[in-house]
Amino acid sequence: MRLLPLLAALLCLFCGDAFAAREAFEVVVNDPYIELHTGPGRGYPIFHVTERGERIEVLKRRTDWFKVRTPEGKEGWVKRKQMELTLLPTGEGVEFDDPVMNDVLAHRFEFGVQGGDLDGANLISAYLGYALTPNFTAELRGSRGLGDYSNTWLASANLTHTFFPKWRVSPFFSLGAGVVHTEPKSTLVQTEDRTDQTVQAAAGVRAYLTRRFVFRAEYRNYMVLTSRDDNEEVDEWTAGFSVFF
Amino acid sequence: MDGRFFSILLIAALLSPVQAALAQEERPSSPQVIEPEVERRDINRARIDTENFELGGYAGIMSVEDFGTNAVYGARLAYHITEGFFIEATYGMTTTDKTSFERLSGGAELLSDSERDLTYYNAVLGYNLFPGEVFLGGSRAMDSSLYVVAGAGSTDFGGDDEFTMVFGFGYRVLPTDSLAFHLNVRDHIFESDLLGQDDTYHNIEAILGLTFFF
Repeated sequence: MRLLPLLAALLCLFCGDAFAAREAFEVVVNDPYIELHTGPGRGYPIFHVTERGERIEVLKRRTDWFKVRTPEGKEGWVKRKQMELTLLPTGEGVEFDDPVMNDVLAHRFEFGVQGGDLDGANLISAYLGYALTPNFTAELRGSRGLGDYSNTWLASANLTHTFFPKWRVSPFFSLGAGVVHTEPKSTLVQTEDRTDQTVQAAAGVRAYLTRRFVFRAEYRNYMVLTSRDDNEEVDEWTAGFSVFF
Repeated sequence: MDGRFFSILLIAALLSPVQAALAQEERPSSPQVIEPEVERRDINRARIDTENFELGGYAGIMSVEDFGTNAVYGARLAYHITEGFFIEATYGMTTTDKTSFERLSGGAELLSDSERDLTYYNAVLGYNLFPGEVFLGGSRAMDSSLYVVAGAGSTDFGGDDEFTMVFGFGYRVLPTDSLAFHLNVRDHIFESDLLGQDDTYHNIEAILGLTFFF
């Protein structure tokens, strides 16, 4: 039995969030009725309706769907649009603290993955951004270039300026510095791995597909500060998707 | 020198006043007469348990072209963006056998033992194509979805990292709201000159996975 608390503690590591949220969160239906679906997605049938004035308990949320429990004990999924029309027990309207397109600072973290081309080599990259102001975002970026003759690792820190953060489609530009590590392919004549510093500038476009889902395409120009006589210029084209937290 | 680097800067500098002008247009021309004094009370998000992440492991078989079919294991982390779309990162590993040439010729080994291990990682975008329900007996229904994925990543095999495209489909069944079983078939496609000339390798993988939403 001594194992039980240990097990519980282990479980809590995974679902600390769930246990913290055990405190019931109730709203009052203010529409003529609210519809309960069997699943959190399009097409799931409505199996129950709850009338105005009833209190419902909100159990959890997945994307734009809320799982609720009615006083009769029915559990089902309600669309975000309907949840927004409910009231708190105090009579106030319900507002969900959500990333919204024109409220850029509501959620400051941004994560994205991209694919593209780095001077003829295939490129995959991921970045994590933090919005300092509505216009400026600090970004850490890691990329892997896979080419015919060599593979590369790129790591950089960038400052991105979004010109019109409230627009659905906005251009941006970015400046940064980092390192590039180049590994020549093993099937070729052995040459040494090398690590160089880079400075880079980028320009691109971002477009909101939904309120938290962004398509982003950009061109980046690296200046590789080599130890040889000439610096090297490298072009990168990428496109990918980002989400906000 | 470095023409493009500076032309990007120049374009950015030129755009900045345009933006300032546009920002000014957005401002209301007359001062607001009534100052709203209503405090907007946002619900503390922490009070609603949001379950958009999905983490889990999988096991199955993977056929590596020319190098046999073996067990594959891996881990997956997904984030559900909308009811339709999700992004998913995967790391997996398998081992490979000798090619039929190596077996028949008896002697020549193409790869060392460590080069025969294959590991891959990738990121895919997924779409829940056919959401639905599965009925077990007459009284139990479980949410399910048939989804498609496409993405890219890297495969470490034969002493080299290869750029890999990933395409596939999966079937997800949720016995409870936080637990999901997955059945997945994915094709990992890469080009390699491992056997002397550039060739496209199709490596098909079929897996069974278990994930938790949190």
